[in-house]
Amino acid sequence: MVTFERAIYGGGAVLKVSGRLDTAAAEPLKEALLTAVSTSATAVILDMSDVVDINSAGFRSMTIAFRAAESANKTLAVAGLRPRVLEIFTISRFNLLFPAYGDARDALKALAPEGLAAYDA
Amino acid sequence: MKITFWGTRGSLPAPLGGQAVRRKLVTALVKAAGAGLDSVAKAEAFCDESLTFAEHSTFGGNTSCVQVDTGSDDYLVCDLGSGVREFSIAALDRHGPAKPKTYHILMSHVHWDHIMGFPFFVPAFIPGNRIRIYSCHANFEAAIRDQNSAPCFPVEFTALAASIEFITLEPGVAYEIAGATVTGMAQLHGGDSFGYRIAQNGKTLIYTTDAEYKPDDVDQLERTARFFHDADMVIFDSMYSLAESISVKEDWGHSSNIMGVELCQMAGVKRLCLFHHEPVNDDERIADILAETVRFEQITRSGAPLDIVAAYDGLTLDL
Repeated sequence: MVTFERAIYGGGAVLKVSGRLDTAAAEPLKEALLTAVSTSATAVILDMSDVVDINSAGFRSMTIAFRAAESANKTLAVAGLRPRVLEIFTISRFNLLFPAYGDARDALKALAPEGLAAYDA
Repeated sequence: MKITFWGTRGSLPAPLGGQAVRRKLVTALVKAAGAGLDSVAKAEAFCDESLTFAEHSTFGGNTSCVQVDTGSDDYLVCDLGSGVREFSIAALDRHGPAKPKTYHILMSHVHWDHIMGFPFFVPAFIPGNRIRIYSCHANFEAAIRDQNSAPCFPVEFTALAASIEFITLEPGVAYEIAGATVTGMAQLHGGDSFGYRIAQNGKTLIYTTDAEYKPDDVDQLERTARFFHDADMVIFDSMYSLAESISVKEDWGHSSNIMGVELCQMAGVKRLCLFHHEPVNDDERIADILAETVRFEQITRSGAPLDIVAAYDGLTLDL
């Protein structure tokens, strides 16, 4: 079961996702990401610190959202990849597509620093 | 069933250039310094034990051609890429050019890299040989005939001395060909392509190249897993990375190592063979992709282990 929490900090939307990003989660992940891209935020940060697994269907949803973000001149980044998930990102070469940060705060600091105070509050 | 790979590159032949040969030579010489290699036997052992495959050999540069030896007197070959020339030379060396033989050719599709070897397929020039070319495509005969005609080639198809037949197969129907049971399946590729399930004596090979799989198309994935079910080996188009195949190269008609592992895991396949290598990738890169694929299988395994190999020109595997 995959769950989502979304919050806006200045120009950054942080979407925290938990669980396995597998075939069953692909459609809800896509919808959650596209909704985050459609907000006023100029950067969408997918916080994956509680993601334990991802497969090709999960990557497909992320790619669709990545294209939507690009079309809207926005950034879609990932943060907090666990070692196993990071390894899968690297082997599948998605590390070359998505900007990656150590955690959501680092991503926010780089992409929407005006939202950092609200995030830290 | 014995499988021999005569061509394993995708899209375009990729011959090993002089600079690449020199790099291998320099690496080997440096590694061999002080090793006392004063005999062929010692040098052979050093190659096997102290050099990596990419250092002492090459994955090769010919395009798709795979021989399936069923033990029949007839030959069975998948695709007519540039590797078919090497196959034909080896076959004629084996039985002699004077002995008439029957060659069964299964065509995945008729894109250039899969037919370009036919004008150099020596048995087609020899009277008495019988060549039976099979495809699930309706129009494949014209593609092969037209290639042997002006302005593409100086020897007209009608000048070929062998008896050449074109047989259209129906996907999903089992046919007895060269001692094996062969069933085709339609695949997603520009102009369509077809994979083949080749079964004989309790062993099953899947030849699936030039096929794109959509990670969110559950019907396609389940249909493919049923076709792959319990196969001893799947020869799989792993031309791109997963990221390439679903982003910048989406709809280019090819797949990835990751998709190959996921489908083979779904289907309970015993061995995945990476095939149709990207011509841009050098030997070191393909070796790295193989190592990464092995690692990916390890960290995603939930059932029986999946053995993973990367095909190279000249590789022979027994099923």
